Amino acid sequence: MQINQYLDQLKRSLGIMKKDIRIYYLKGPVVIFGFLMPLFLFLAFFIGSRDMPMDFLISGLIGMTVFFTATAVSPVIAPWEAQVQTLERLISTPISITTLLFGDMLASFLFGILIPILPIALGLAIGINIIYPLTFILGIILAAACFSSFGLILSSPPSNAPSNVMMISSLVRFPLVFISGIFIPIEKMPYWGKIIASVSPLTYFTDLTRYSINGTSYYPIQVDLIAIIVFIVVFFFLAVQLHKITIYKRI
Amino acid sequence: MEHVIQVQNLTKIYGKLMAVNHINFEVLKGEIYGFLGPNGAGKTTTLRMLTGIIRPDKGEANILGFNIQKEPLKAKQNIGVVPETSNAYVDLSAWQNMMLMSELYGIPKKEAENRAENLLDRLGIYDRRDDKVNAFSKGMKQRLILCMALVNDPLLIFLDEPTSGLDVQSTHLIRDILQEFPEQGKTIFLTTHNMDEANNLCDRVAIINKGQIAAIDRPEKLKNMIKKLKSIEISFDKALNTKNLSELPHITQIRKKGDKFIVFTDNVDGLIHSLTLFAESENLKIVTLNTLDPSLEEVFVELTGDA
Repeated sequence: MQINQYLDQLKRSLGIMKKDIRIYYLKGPVVIFGFLMPLFLFLAFFIGSRDMPMDFLISGLIGMTVFFTATAVSPVIAPWEAQVQTLERLISTPISITTLLFGDMLASFLFGILIPILPIALGLAIGINIIYPLTFILGIILAAACFSSFGLILSSPPSNAPSNVMMISSLVRFPLVFISGIFIPIEKMPYWGKIIASVSPLTYFTDLTRYSINGTSYYPIQVDLIAIIVFIVVFFFLAVQLHKITIYKRI
Repeated sequence: MEHVIQVQNLTKIYGKLMAVNHINFEVLKGEIYGFLGPNGAGKTTTLRMLTGIIRPDKGEANILGFNIQKEPLKAKQNIGVVPETSNAYVDLSAWQNMMLMSELYGIPKKEAENRAENLLDRLGIYDRRDDKVNAFSKGMKQRLILCMALVNDPLLIFLDEPTSGLDVQSTHLIRDILQEFPEQGKTIFLTTHNMDEANNLCDRVAIINKGQIAAIDRPEKLKNMIKKLKSIEISFDKALNTKNLSELPHITQIRKKGDKFIVFTDNVDGLIHSLTLFAESENLKIVTLNTLDPSLEEVFVELTGDA
């Protein structure tokens, strides 16, 4: 009985996912924030750091693309829908907050997997090899789920102004990129930098991507995989609990 | 009689404001129940608590036998909600909005398509089903919202000012459809400040003022509560102003309404006598003369103290 209810709610979350894709994801900002912005960051760093090997930089670009794509839209869905009162419509239907958030997460998860095809294609085009493709694909899937859940946490403050949420979101997302071993290898960071890097989920995905491309990693890959899975569970649980508190303050 | 809504001590507090103050009422199956009140009286807050959109601070509400706070999904499965402001997705088409709602209610696809087709056709927007909602007029959006609220074939429908600001055609269409529901065993909970709508549609009305229920009864019974407010509608063949009539005996209040006067009195017989004497003395012909019972609007004004 309980399982049927969960399956029923899961089906309903697919409805939320389809709605999100139609309204928010099939538009320019996802590509701009998800791929073009990381690409420009990559180019800026590439020009300024000629001694960095290309496989190192490409793995960083892939990490950034998954991260920015999966967190591009999900933070603004709740405030936007509260502002135009469609959130009220959703709350009046027989779906739980977990179902609603899971639907939002699925949409950003899907795009978190699809958009990185662009930097992967770029890497392959310039001669980068993926040594461990299965680990690489598994890493992208887990990272997309992890960052999508993270995006839901960013949308939890009870502000109905998308610009406010975007500002908070940018304040959190950009520093994460710089402490996650994307531009500076973790092994070259000072001790305190390594400690900070270890609390960022992006660190583990970047490490996993580097392992998949050049066979070397800072952490054992089991640690990378387990850390990302733990982050998924913690982020999604936290997002649901936070939204349960704040969603009624939006109405 | 089966209660489809049972409300006990329902309370909502915003800061220092007691928006809804320990209200109690019940709605029977098959009723059209009007919830009347001036702006800011607590109508929409009550409706939002009953539909699980906001949480009450105290008290509880049972909807179709389920506590809306403890078992919200079961309670929401068989209700439909039409909010005051259209909240369809404007970037989706009417059809996509209908399918989205069907998915959220877990309706199988084929059945959802049949229902959507019938409802959009009944509400006169089937031909525009593939158009994005942002191209719809206000009336069309409200008709779509009603379709979306009915896609799960609800037993109980909540409507918040459903015809507010709509064109005549949409208003009549929506009212006609609402009047069919009690025959199908459906119950309607309707908030409005349109007295005419409440008078013509509702089996019972509750009047809420400053968060508290001022009265609950059938519209005609409520009118009988203030029979002292008898009035006469009169018009003459020549133009007059209220000053000409105000000094006549038995008049407690006088109001001009177009080319007519609404004259309030506590002595109808005496007032008719003095009005006919006045017409004779001023060489006027009486064109219309009707005695009026108090309207629901007058009951509302009497109970809420608002003009």
